[in-house]
This record gives sequence, structure tokens and C-alpha cells, in this order.
Amino acid sequence: MRRVGVFQMPSLGADMDSGKVLEWLVSPGDTVHRGDVIAVVDTAKAAIEVEVFHDGVVTALLVEPGESVAVGTPLATIDEQPAHRAPAETGDTAEPGPAGEASSDREPVPPLSPPVRHLAHQLDVDLSTLQGTGPDGAITREDIRSAARVPPEQPLPSQSPPSMSTTKSEEPLPVDAGRGPATRAETPADRIRATPRARRVAAEQGLDLSAVDGSGPHGAVTEADVMGAIGEDRTPPPAEGHHVDHKQAMRAAIASLMGRSAREIPHYYVSQTIDFAQPLQWLRRHNAELKPRQRVLPVVLLLHATVRAALQVPDLNGHWVDDGFAGSEAVHLGVAVATRTGGLITPTIRDAQEHDVDSLMEHLRDLVKRARVGTLKAHEMQPGSITTTSLADGGADTLHGVIYPPQVALVGFGAIAERPWADQGMLTVRPTLTVTLAADHRASDGRTGAAFLTALSQALTQPEES
Amino acid sequence: MNHTQARTLVLATLADVAPEIDVEDLDPGVSLRDGADLDSMDFLDYVSTLSEAIGSDIPEDDYGQVDTVGAAVAYLASRTA
Repeated sequence: MRRVGVFQMPSLGADMDSGKVLEWLVSPGDTVHRGDVIAVVDTAKAAIEVEVFHDGVVTALLVEPGESVAVGTPLATIDEQPAHRAPAETGDTAEPGPAGEASSDREPVPPLSPPVRHLAHQLDVDLSTLQGTGPDGAITREDIRSAARVPPEQPLPSQSPPSMSTTKSEEPLPVDAGRGPATRAETPADRIRATPRARRVAAEQGLDLSAVDGSGPHGAVTEADVMGAIGEDRTPPPAEGHHVDHKQAMRAAIASLMGRSAREIPHYYVSQTIDFAQPLQWLRRHNAELKPRQRVLPVVLLLHATVRAALQVPDLNGHWVDDGFAGSEAVHLGVAVATRTGGLITPTIRDAQEHDVDSLMEHLRDLVKRARVGTLKAHEMQPGSITTTSLADGGADTLHGVIYPPQVALVGFGAIAERPWADQGMLTVRPTLTVTLAADHRASDGRTGAAFLTALSQALTQPEES
Repeated sequence: MNHTQARTLVLATLADVAPEIDVEDLDPGVSLRDGADLDSMDFLDYVSTLSEAIGSDIPEDDYGQVDTVGAAVAYLASRTA
């Protein structure tokens, strides 16, 4: 078998030197495809799902879960698929799906990506009972989530509201210290039925689940069973130390990157106050035709305009590397997202220039959600070409940001609020906001910055453009 | 939907979209956006969930009527009466 690639510890943001493999989602022998999530890596800021960049078969995992290694360290080897050995057999017919999917004597279930299998395992869903709704009947993550919510053997009588929150809280958090390597390589057939909560508690207590008699449906081990086996009647308090450590680690990562920015980047700032009445009117009309979940937030118009401005003023879109500016043709838009624990994480919308307002909104909604529960993917943590940060919800009128190195510009949005506004010789009241550009003076001058703001303000009047 | 059901729905929805908020202790008169720290994304999520639960649209013009727990309970009860 030919080696097609070595899977390395990726750099997940400019502030990352090393990462810890939290979990492998594949085992040696598994077929993987470019884009499959195959590992979960913990950086100081968050647990990130890391995708593989090659098609092939995993031949060896070189790093144990729990081990921290430097960026670039080989984590796994990926070899060519054995299916390629007999070209005569294959002929012209394109082999559908992964031909290397270990045993051919299994029933022909649609191929499952490692993340899907992993989620099923996490939520304790039996894949053989599922009807896939994906392409060619493939089982999707959503199918598994629905199945986890409503077990077929005991359907809920109705979607009573309180069940929403209970179900949610039963779902294991993606960053789960208790979810250990012990459960990763099992197949659905030989694993022990247990609720996610029971698994977590058992792992925390170092209890072997196979030693516990289950009292749940199909003999599933429940949390109560685990607690009974441990001989306690209360759930132990969550490991507080871990939480505090993580918060400190996040502050340390932010401190390191922002400190570097302040030391290395000679910032300059230009700002402009923009009449936001017309964009808001456009948005009102646009949203009136949409269901609440599809409606676009005002901040998305600002993101859209930032992307247009970055295309028009390319000197601010790119990286400062080796004493020179390397521009980027695409706009990879970093979006600073506040996490619920008081931290900040800046995932990237890749190729943002290809998205219209609705599509940007969809991406933003998805990114914010996943940034907050800790299921961002590695490609979303690659540094953007320009970053935005917003206090549009209130709190501050202007935001003079700190640039994320190696980027050369950061756009800060202040609160949108009604303020006095002079228009054609009259004083009126309009919703306005102040946009402030922080830029790297090594890469550009104030004139360029001002041109950027003009372009941004102009683009706000053309939200349809994409 | 009576007031008790509407209140259950509102509190469950809030607990779901903003787990850091202690919904039981929330002042029913406080603005969710300005007082309870729901950001615009959370608020959109909250309105979407309520709208889906009652099976009818909550237009943007009505957002002010669901911005406190008390107002939202009255609004939902009247919309589903």
C-alpha cells in the first residue's frame, strides 16, 4: 500500500503552538475521505473537530488520546485504499462509496462518515434501526439526533415544551472530559447500551460499564444504575478544576496573541459614523417574507459590506508575513464570537465573497452555535484574511479593535442606536453606527483605511449584490 | 394555550437558547435583550422556537411584545386563544 498522507497536528489559529488529541473518531483500517472529521483536538480555546485531507485507509494512529504534541507532529498515517489494487476488476464502472469499507459480508448499509458513526455512538443510537434521509438513503447526523430524541420503542406523546430543555441537557457536551478512549473503537454490535449521562458518570468514576446491570430500555445502563453500582446516591459535583483551567487557558491564549499584536503591529485607526436607516428598511422588507429562523440580523449586512470593501481595497485583505504583505484573493472572514463562559473565539467563514446575505446569515448562525458548544471544525479555525468584531447589540458606541496577527486589519462595529443626524441642512434622528477600522501601518496608510470605510459604507446600500 | 402553558413554553425556550440564564429567577418585566443579556442571535433563536411552537409567524413588528417573560406569556396566550 502506498502512503498517501501523514495526518499532522494542524495549526488551529495563530495562537496555537500545540494541541491535545482528545479523541480519535477512527481506528486503523477505517476508510476515510477528504473532509471527514477523524479526531477531536483540544486547543487552549476549544475542542475542534479536525478533518483529514486525504482519501485512503488509516494505517496507524501515532498519538494516544490525552497526549499533547506540537503543531506539525504526525498523528496518523493514511495509505492508499486497497481497492485500487485491481484496476481490471473495476473497469469503467465507478465504484460507489468507499470500496475499502472493511468487511463485504455486512448488509449493504449506505456508507457512514466517521462523524455520523461517532455521533450515533455518543447518543447511543442503533444505526441498524435508522432510516437515512440523506443522499442515497445515507444516514445523516440529523437522523441520529432525531432518533436520539425520540426512541422508536417509546415515542413521546407530544412535543411538550419542557421536554425540549431536558432532552438538550441530556446530550453529551462535545468537550467531555469523561468521554474517554475506552469507548472509541467499539462497533455498534459489541458496545454496551448505556445513556450518554451514564457513560459520562461511569468514566468520571472509573467504573467499567460492562459490570453494571442495566435497568433501562433494552437493558440500557442508566445513570441511576451507575450511581447504584458506585454506591452513592448523588451525582458527584462536576470537576470544577477542569472548567477553571480551561478558562485560564483561554485567557492565556488570548493574552499571548493580543500581546504579540500589540508588540508587533503598529496600529492606526480610522472610523466613520454611518446612517443605518436605509439598510434597516431593506432588511425589514427582506425579513418580512421569511420565517423567523431564516431572518437576517443587521450585523450580517455589515459582514456582507465588509467583504465587498475587502475586495475593493485588497491592501487590507491578507497577511503580513516575513516583512511583507501577502494579499489574499478570497475573503476569509473571521468573526469574533463571544462564548458563554466569557471567552472569545474567532472562527472563519471561508470564501465569504461567494455568499449572499442569506447565505452569510446561515453560516453565521451555524458558526456561533457551534463556537458556543465547541464543535468547530479545523478548517474554520484557519486564520481569516480579515476579521470583524461587533458590539452591535449594545454596550459601546465604538470599538477600536486589536488586529489578529498575521492579519492586517480588523473592523469593529459599535452599537446601532438612534442618534441625532444632520441631513440636507436639517437635524433629524436616525439609527446610526460607528464603524472603526484598525489597520497595520506597516501594510497600509490612513488613506487606504479611509477608502475601505467609504467602500464599506457604499456597499451597505447594495445588500443585494453578491 | 393558557397562561401557565405559555409561561412553561417561554421559560423552557429561554433555558434552551441561553443556558446560562437562571430562568426561574428572571424578573418577568425585564427586557430579554437589554436586561437578560440575550444577544441578537439568541433572541432570534428564541422567537423562532416560540413561533414554531405556536405554529404561526411572529413578525418582526411584534418582537417588542415578546421581549419580557410577562409580555411574551400574554402575547402567546392571546395569539393561541
